[in-house]
Amino acid sequence: MNFDLYLPTLLTIITAATPLVFAAMGELVTEKSGVLNLGVEGMMLTGAVTGFAAVVVTDSAILGCLAAMAAGMLTALIFAFLVLGLQASQVATGLALTLFGIGLSALLGQDMVGIAYAGLPKLQLPIVSDLPVLGPLLFHHDALVYLSFVLPAAVAWFLYRTRAGLILRAVGDSHDAAHAIGYPVIAIRYMATLFGGAMSGLAGAYLSLSYSTMWVENMSAGRGWIALALVVFATWRPWRVMFGAYLFGGITILQLYAQAFGIAVPSQFMTMLPYLATIVVLVVISRDESRIRQNAPACIGKPFHPSA
Amino acid sequence: MGNRTLLKALCGTVAACLMSFIGVGMSHADEVTKVGFVYVGPVGDHGWTFRHDAGRKAVEAEFGDKVKTTYVESVNEGADAERVIRKLASSGHDLVFTTSFGFMNATAKVAKQFPKVKFEHATGYKRADNLSTYAARFYEGRAVIGNIAGHLTKTGIVGYVGSFPIPEVVRGINAFTIAMRKVNPNAVVKVVWVNSWYDPGTEGDAAKALIDQGADIIAQHTDSPAPLQVAEQRGVHGFGQASDMSAFAPKAQLTAIVDNWDSYYRDRTRAVMDGTWKSTDTWGGIASGMVEIAPYGDAVPDDVRADADAVAKAISTGELHPFQGPIVNQAGETVVPEGTTLSDEELLGMNWYVEGVQGELPK
Repeated sequence: MNFDLYLPTLLTIITAATPLVFAAMGELVTEKSGVLNLGVEGMMLTGAVTGFAAVVVTDSAILGCLAAMAAGMLTALIFAFLVLGLQASQVATGLALTLFGIGLSALLGQDMVGIAYAGLPKLQLPIVSDLPVLGPLLFHHDALVYLSFVLPAAVAWFLYRTRAGLILRAVGDSHDAAHAIGYPVIAIRYMATLFGGAMSGLAGAYLSLSYSTMWVENMSAGRGWIALALVVFATWRPWRVMFGAYLFGGITILQLYAQAFGIAVPSQFMTMLPYLATIVVLVVISRDESRIRQNAPACIGKPFHPSA
Repeated sequence: MGNRTLLKALCGTVAACLMSFIGVGMSHADEVTKVGFVYVGPVGDHGWTFRHDAGRKAVEAEFGDKVKTTYVESVNEGADAERVIRKLASSGHDLVFTTSFGFMNATAKVAKQFPKVKFEHATGYKRADNLSTYAARFYEGRAVIGNIAGHLTKTGIVGYVGSFPIPEVVRGINAFTIAMRKVNPNAVVKVVWVNSWYDPGTEGDAAKALIDQGADIIAQHTDSPAPLQVAEQRGVHGFGQASDMSAFAPKAQLTAIVDNWDSYYRDRTRAVMDGTWKSTDTWGGIASGMVEIAPYGDAVPDDVRADADAVAKAISTGELHPFQGPIVNQAGETVVPEGTTLSDEELLGMNWYVEGVQGELPK
């Protein structure tokens, strides 16, 4: 590959990884509190269509992103009410949420198909945007990409450096113990689930407002499931989740560039490669069982009865 | 206990919704002809499935109360397809259209079990007394847009976003390339396969990869408007797929190949109503109206429009065949000598690239 191609290739990788970073970070926090929400794909789509609609109506990118987060939170709230309030099965409800989100977003988006939008504005930052190489690579993006750069740091700081994060992890590891000490287990799980919904909604907004600036049905095309898998294979560690998102996005994009370059590898193999490589790499770097046990939320997916 | 009762009620409601969603209606009085459609993508894809659904609406518009149409969208090409098709067949549908190649085996299997129901499978080759096949000669449209690309490419590199390396798609790439090199013998086609019919994000990324490597025109054989939209953002040009996509790329779209199933679906529904339906194999092109060329974009100058129109006209009159010799393959061998034309059988099994396509065809 000639040198001129490095920059555009890397730029495309960043845009491909960004929605995965948002959705996976949200799901990471949700799962750390002991809630398994398989509805990421549905929340993403609901966020994508709502964000797009909000931008079409108000012409404000900020309102679009906020509306997408609100829509993600609203769908997450339905999920939280069913599994935390009514003690429904998290797996079944999460799957239902995905189906619900696919259908709901298609319904809401009926009038949005075929409308064009220019895309989120690119923000140039003072000084750093003018740096050679790094400037065009890292600092010529829209606000959501910058946010995705700092999100893993914020999540890691919150989970491991704050008291609130400690409590959230405690709730995920042993809800009975956390309850016995007096922490409001259900309320904390509600908040973690809502945060997951907001981030999935934002991932959706990135899809419809920046990545492919339009609304078409089912446009997430399975990215919610990839985000879910990343969290598990990265053994619930924020930086590894981000690394996994970039690894997956990176190989997906590299194989497309390699094909355009004329490298003769079966394209079916190339398409499989991101999945295979991401799983293998994350499993290899995270194969220490004691570390997995230490990081995996012990109560994930288990219902909690406050009376018990 | 209260919670559990509520849950049960919820489950019941959800189940009921799902049932009605799948279209399991009670059997109707006989004068209403029920027509079912099975789609591989969402009706809102603005591409392949969108056009089939337009055909369904044309049937409803034509026959009004005398027909009742049902559709099931985003049906997986795996085992799920058979269940959906059987559900339509067993719920009183007289005619069922299954609109993706991957539904072939499932359609053939269900057709055997329901001899009274008529089936129509798009783009396949398995037929039976109650199973017709139909497809459109999209390669004719590809020859027209290839001509335009040959005239308008400045870099001499045209990017082509492919879905799966199956004969249907390879045929399109070849027809496009042959027509392009007739007007621009040095131009080449770079192909990137995304191994999906519908994934807007990755389709767009494939277009970016092609544009970053010099392509200034993007053709696609995937279903979403994303590649064309990337072309718009990058200031290059492209072609719409299956439907007019100019709304997504007002400057970039040069034209689009538009699938038009309306008259076929009307005719076949009428045949079922009249009792004249027979198992047939239809492969219509520009002449039959199944393949249309959308209005040209502003970036297509008048002389190019005239030449593209001439190609389309010559194809529809039969004067020109997109695959008439001489045709040279990638190795430089003349595979179709002058004066001969590839037969339909050879076209249906096409698994080699013509000269001018870069890269190897994945096997």
